[in-house]
Amino acid sequence: MISRPTCTALALCAAALPISAHAATELNALIWCDHADPALLEPFEQAHDVRINVKEYQGTAEALTILEQSRPGDWDLLVIDAVDVGRAVERDVLAPLPAEALPTTDFFPELVMASHNTKDGVTYAVTDKFGYNTLAYDKTKVDPADMTSLKSLWSGKYAGRIGIYDYYLPSLGLVGIAEGIPTAELGGDNIEKLREPLMALKKDTKLVADVVGSQTALATGEVDILLGGGEYLTATLHAENPNLEWIIPEEGAALWAESIAVLKDAGNPELALEFVKYVTSPEGQARLATSSCYWGMPANAKAGEHLTDEQKAVLRWDEQAEFLKRAQLYPIPSAEDDAAMQDLWTDMLQN
Amino acid sequence: MSIERLERRQGAALVAPALIWTIAFFVLPFAAMIWMSLTHMEGRQVVNEPGFGNYLRIFTDPSLFRGIVVSLEITSIVTVLSVILAWPLAWIIATRVPERWRRLALLLAVLPFWTSYVVRSYSWALVLGENGIVMQSLIQIGLLDTPIQIMATRAATIIGFVHFFVMLLTLTIYSNLVQLSPNYARAAEDLGASRWQVIRLVILPLTLPGVVTGAFLTFVLCMGDYITPQILGGNSELTLPQLIMLQLGRRGDYPMASALAVVLMVLVTLAYAGCARWLKMERV
Repeated sequence: MISRPTCTALALCAAALPISAHAATELNALIWCDHADPALLEPFEQAHDVRINVKEYQGTAEALTILEQSRPGDWDLLVIDAVDVGRAVERDVLAPLPAEALPTTDFFPELVMASHNTKDGVTYAVTDKFGYNTLAYDKTKVDPADMTSLKSLWSGKYAGRIGIYDYYLPSLGLVGIAEGIPTAELGGDNIEKLREPLMALKKDTKLVADVVGSQTALATGEVDILLGGGEYLTATLHAENPNLEWIIPEEGAALWAESIAVLKDAGNPELALEFVKYVTSPEGQARLATSSCYWGMPANAKAGEHLTDEQKAVLRWDEQAEFLKRAQLYPIPSAEDDAAMQDLWTDMLQN
Repeated sequence: MSIERLERRQGAALVAPALIWTIAFFVLPFAAMIWMSLTHMEGRQVVNEPGFGNYLRIFTDPSLFRGIVVSLEITSIVTVLSVILAWPLAWIIATRVPERWRRLALLLAVLPFWTSYVVRSYSWALVLGENGIVMQSLIQIGLLDTPIQIMATRAATIIGFVHFFVMLLTLTIYSNLVQLSPNYARAAEDLGASRWQVIRLVILPLTLPGVVTGAFLTFVLCMGDYITPQILGGNSELTLPQLIMLQLGRRGDYPMASALAVVLMVLVTLAYAGCARWLKMERV
């Protein structure tokens, strides 16, 4: 007969076994929520006998602070706004990537974004997903013809039915686009030119919310139009409410793009690079594009081979060439302009 | 060694763990936060040159100062409403509900604590929305023609908070009420006091320690809460914790976030000082 303490010890060992059996190695990734989808992670984990631990963060400043306060080796991978890769390179937290090992030749050309992902000829990150901060709306409650112009938001017709996505860069970019200021020129004195239209828009706005809040507001009919919303908000709701739509207005939209990078002090740089290769491969890209948290276009054009026709229709795959022509990249402000833009955004929220 | 010295040493040894704990986990982090609040940002770098620039900005920048005003307004309204609702509830449970049902009543009172704070806030967002049960019911019974906006307003934040804190206050007031000897009420009634006079002039004053303890907890928790105003307030105005999160998550401005956190701490300390008379343990 086995004694009770022995039984307990055996039970504890048995409970511990599956963990050690499954997790020969671990990768730790600082990510946005779409990269936490098990449908994306599990195939890689099984293929490489690795466990991927993910931590979601909200803004680049937060991610950089987490990295600064961590020990070397704590983090292997970083998913970051493509326009902020330069900030991470400045902080010297990213490891160079072997450009030849990355499938960028299969990418939509606009999404290679070498000017952001490389510095002095060295590649530090690679784009893995993109989309548009634009207008999302319920086509049964809004005249779709009105949505072809951003100016409709200031017409008063939709007062109290508008929501704003709470991320100052794309949303200010869109206000600038509506005012005829290209996002690339959004800095210095141009920032103050946004104050009046922004405050006017706030008066007609019902709420300013993050991704989940925006999605909930659109889904529950709390708002009918969302400035800053795009396919990433409506795609996951499409099955439940096919009336939700998005459009790139005639003035244009703000292009968002995520990049993935290996951290300089990664504990397991080889495996981290393998993960980057996986995520940018056609299969990985298709899984990332249709992640349960939010959908977005894959940077790798070959991902289309792994998406269904219905998925491509929701992503509006065939219209991308035209969309990309009309989209402008997020503003990339200097530290001073960034502070001014955030001050303006705080004023808007508080008034 | 004299007995006195031995006792002093024993006393010091007994106090030492608590003292070390307090220094390590309160005094040092708080000192670091105060130091950080005195530094400032230049571009994206923290500059370690002490000054009061952040504090000056908090009280001169209308957007930041408004955060303090909004927080104090919301917290005051929530505290008052919660006390007004919780006292009768606690009194009913303590004096009117038969003893065999009292446990169930208390269980129902604390039930909201069993659900996640975030889930509860999102549930309120669905309830208070234009298509939520409140608006649709008011329209169905003919009180409203079209829905009015509650969600994404200060009212939604207050409703969410009051729902949570009424339960907390009910418990603190109830624990105070059940400790009161029924002889006080009997004595007052024998002297000719009406039931209302007994409640107003005898029971209510005697439960003040419980009320103030609960109100202080409500003030502290409400003042420092980020989730409810973020989810239910719709960013129509920002409270102090939201401003702190904005500095941390978006700007990486730790000096300003620290200065705002110190202001928050000072406000809580002032609230404590205001309630100190009733918060003394022997009176609770």
